[in-house]
Amino acid sequence: MDSIISIQDLSKHYASGLQALNRVNLDIRRGEIFALLGPNGAGKTTLINIICGIVTPSAGSVRVDGHDISADYRQARSRIGLVPQELLTAAFENVEATLQFSRGLFGKPPAPALLEQILRDLSLWDKRKTKIMALSGGMKRRLLIAKALAHEPDILFLDEPTAGVDVELRRDMWQMVRRLRERGVTIILTTHYIEEAEEMADRIGVIHKGEIILVEDKAALMSKLGKKQLELTLQAPLTTLPTELADYPLEITREGHALTYTFDTQQEQTGIHELLRQLDRLGIDIKDLHSSESSLEEIFVNLVRDRS
Amino acid sequence: MNLYGIRAIYIFEMARTFRTLMESIASPILSTSLYFVVFGAAIGSRMGDIDGIGYGAFIIPGLLMLSLLNESISNASFGIYFPKFTGTVYEVLSAPLSSLEIVIGYVGAAATKSVMLGILMLLTARLFVDYQILHPLWMIGFLLLTATTFSLFGFIIGLWADDFQKLQIVPLMVVTPLTFLGGAFYSIDMLPEPWRALSLFNPVVYLISGFRWSFYGVADVNVAVSLAMICGIMLACLAIIAWIFKTGYRLKT
Repeated sequence: MDSIISIQDLSKHYASGLQALNRVNLDIRRGEIFALLGPNGAGKTTLINIICGIVTPSAGSVRVDGHDISADYRQARSRIGLVPQELLTAAFENVEATLQFSRGLFGKPPAPALLEQILRDLSLWDKRKTKIMALSGGMKRRLLIAKALAHEPDILFLDEPTAGVDVELRRDMWQMVRRLRERGVTIILTTHYIEEAEEMADRIGVIHKGEIILVEDKAALMSKLGKKQLELTLQAPLTTLPTELADYPLEITREGHALTYTFDTQQEQTGIHELLRQLDRLGIDIKDLHSSESSLEEIFVNLVRDRS
Repeated sequence: MNLYGIRAIYIFEMARTFRTLMESIASPILSTSLYFVVFGAAIGSRMGDIDGIGYGAFIIPGLLMLSLLNESISNASFGIYFPKFTGTVYEVLSAPLSSLEIVIGYVGAAATKSVMLGILMLLTARLFVDYQILHPLWMIGFLLLTATTFSLFGFIIGLWADDFQKLQIVPLMVVTPLTFLGGAFYSIDMLPEPWRALSLFNPVVYLISGFRWSFYGVADVNVAVSLAMICGIMLACLAIIAWIFKTGYRLKT
């Protein structure tokens, strides 16, 4: 496995006494989209800020493309672009100047053609002379992404990139992230929108109370922890479940018009065949069948609940 | 060395100055000009010479020093405090910049602006008062050293401050009184004891005295001592800034 970020026993203890991270070990693969999920206060932003050099770790080490973030901070940081969670911008600057500032900070010579391309890709070219304070929230969010890309990073951190943006813009951003990945950029995103991780990520990490509790390929995670449900729409409504069905993981739903059967996708026998025969024996007629898989959100909630 | 990084901070800070010309340049020149008009042209002609220098001309180095100290401190402190306040400092902290490069960018811009102001004030003073500069190279040297030293001091205040009030406290409550009592308007030799001896504990006395020597060749204290005092303050500021960046005090958690 070719790791572009390697985190070893990373801990962060704030002066307030808060243990934000506790011996975190994590490897991010080169070129992947990695989604870091976790409830508020789980340690996501602290982890990102340590890697980017904004927060000082209490213990442990981080290597970015083989470079230690403390001893070899210039090499490590020059590879990273960060899109922060908050809309942090210099309000009185104009769009073009702030991009030039961002590129310069990372030690790169002026590159007007590249900055133009970035602004065009993010639909900000027409606003290049506009003061940042005059931009809408969505435009500011895109501008933060443009600033993070201005120095051509190999790794892009997106901390809650689509918080507060409309559906159309969110989808535009997803497309942009995919294009970046195609160009070889490694992307680490934190999000509250599980559908975002489900839509985009190759791998998922779950952080809870400062500890990484799970890292898994998205497909494997959903297959391993996911549950399937079979909804049986009934010809005639049921008020109570017959005693013969008491041993089945069944629920009466839709005010008696349906039965919902939950089963594990990993089991060899799903029990569906036996259930259908039993229903037939009991004279319960079925009008329709519908199966669905549990979402990543449900998986995530279950994981965190189990740990709490 | 990340020269593009230093340049980016420097240009960003200078652009802020030119965006706010009225506040940054015109306002301090106007207020200092009022001193020249009142104490130089109006009252000055009715006051006796000090050390053989007309009163209007005598106060020019002190008034320039007063503006230089206040402007250097406020420029540099605001320059680093504002990104801390808005949160945009994340970009500087996450960039491949050493603490020295960050200081050169911010302090260099603040000192440049102060020197520009100092030269503009000197030219403005010529409109109201006749003066001479006996040692122009020393004058420029003192100007540069003082602007840099007090921009470093302002940078420390900007790092330390966690609200706008703290940003103003030191220039208003410490620097301005020390400058007024540091011989801006009089020679400390005119003071009776123990006030004269006490004045020697005021570091601004040494700055004004050295600066005035570069103009007229007269000084309250030896010019070498003045130079040593400025260098001493500069080294102390550099040491404090180095400690702040090493520990992350008020910058990194």
